[in-house]
Amino acid sequence: MSTPVIGVLALQGDVREHLVALAEADALARPVRRAEELAEVDALVIPGGESTTMSKLALLFGVMDPLRERVAAGMPVYGTCAGMIMLADKILDGREDQESVGGIDMTVRRNAFGRQNESFESGIAFKGLDDAPVHGVFIRAPWVEAVGAGVEVLAELPGADGPESRIVAVRQGNLLATSFHPELTGDHRVHAYFVKMVEEHLAAE
Amino acid sequence: MSTTPTTADQPQIGTARVKRGMAEQLKGGVIMDVVNAEQAKIAEDAGAVAVMALERVPADIRKDGGVARMSDPNMIEEIIEAVSIPVMAKSRIGHFVEAQVLQSLGVDYIDESEVLTPADEVNHSDKWAFTTPFVCGATNLGEALRRIAEGAAMIRSKGEAGTGNVVEAVRHLRQIKNEIGHLRALDHNELYAAAKELRAPYELVKEVAELGKLPVVLFSAGGVATPADAALMRQLGAEGVFVGSGIFKSGDPAKRAAAIVKATTFFDDPKIIADASRNLGEAMVGINCDTLPETERYANRGW
Repeated sequence: MSTPVIGVLALQGDVREHLVALAEADALARPVRRAEELAEVDALVIPGGESTTMSKLALLFGVMDPLRERVAAGMPVYGTCAGMIMLADKILDGREDQESVGGIDMTVRRNAFGRQNESFESGIAFKGLDDAPVHGVFIRAPWVEAVGAGVEVLAELPGADGPESRIVAVRQGNLLATSFHPELTGDHRVHAYFVKMVEEHLAAE
Repeated sequence: MSTTPTTADQPQIGTARVKRGMAEQLKGGVIMDVVNAEQAKIAEDAGAVAVMALERVPADIRKDGGVARMSDPNMIEEIIEAVSIPVMAKSRIGHFVEAQVLQSLGVDYIDESEVLTPADEVNHSDKWAFTTPFVCGATNLGEALRRIAEGAAMIRSKGEAGTGNVVEAVRHLRQIKNEIGHLRALDHNELYAAAKELRAPYELVKEVAELGKLPVVLFSAGGVATPADAALMRQLGAEGVFVGSGIFKSGDPAKRAAAIVKATTFFDDPKIIADASRNLGEAMVGINCDTLPETERYANRGW
């Protein structure tokens, strides 16, 4: 099987780190800013960044609709932080006019963990990556407030004060999303997990 | 410099990775100076990745003269309330109490800025002592590395704020990039002497020589007034831009702000930059930096 070509949505955000992580996970990675470039990739990563800026630029430069069509057609997409917000069917605490690509039947609360002073890093158990905890870097991070029946929860973070835990990683079909940023650590297992999803999808087509 | 991953499973706040990682999320974006909630909303609407809350934009600080200080906490809080994007604010160089106040207000980034009047002519603030990350200005690589050694989690080339003239921004960014290129070419025996010449810690010099870039995000600031200016700084290697007076001292701030955002994302596409540059109304009136007296050059502040 040929190496999958995975784009990183390069409108704004930590694009470079994702390109590096994908290459380390044996994918061919390239930046995507235009609809023509989107048409040439097998899968896409939506990076961390400012979700309001990303959403605005995606609409302005005609990437939003082609992206929605590709998602509907089954293209694998992985979103981190702002990327998770972009994949949510419903956003809380967003801008009123903020649009998402959607695709995952979940409600995501933007900046739910607080402002930068509350940003943190923590070890976290990730379903399917059972050899060791994943190191989660949470930066003004969102959490998943509710998920539909078709969504598999991959990681939850125990509440700081009390038993309530927060969903921070999910998968629905070919769509994967994390509140945190594996691309900022040297550990590329989550990217490898996504590359495997892409390979399985391509093999099944 | 602890960039090594922590193995602790307990949540940790204020780590170098969390501070530097925040700046990584701003890359490819525009950070805009705003003086009130209304301007902050215009900036957010235009697609800014963050706003810088301050009492007067640099062009007005220049015009008014006097001592420029940290902004009124009320004003900063109003801006934090008004927008959902990150909010930065400026402290004077070496004024760590202003920085403590800004941290207590919950700003997302502190700019220890030469645009304000320095409070200490020898020492910058110890930025490791804070949970809130810092961005600092630099005119050359040595200065950038000294700020990083003090704990800065993001660097911006200084330029000459409030002039609407991009010439100093270009000079400083080129200087930093050239010096990084020079380090890359040195053999490892030569890095010790290079560190001495740069007046920067050897470990950081070695890290830059290996990475071929700063260990933190590098933006450009000081003099960007047009979409083409922003794209120029990006093509020269800035990972994003700060725009100060350039937006709200122009004829049509909302339009110019949106245009600069577009040109910053598509910095290598002249067609898009051309479209973004059409009918923007008047740009801010510029100042020629070669007629600026030495004492009025903000870039000379900090060392």
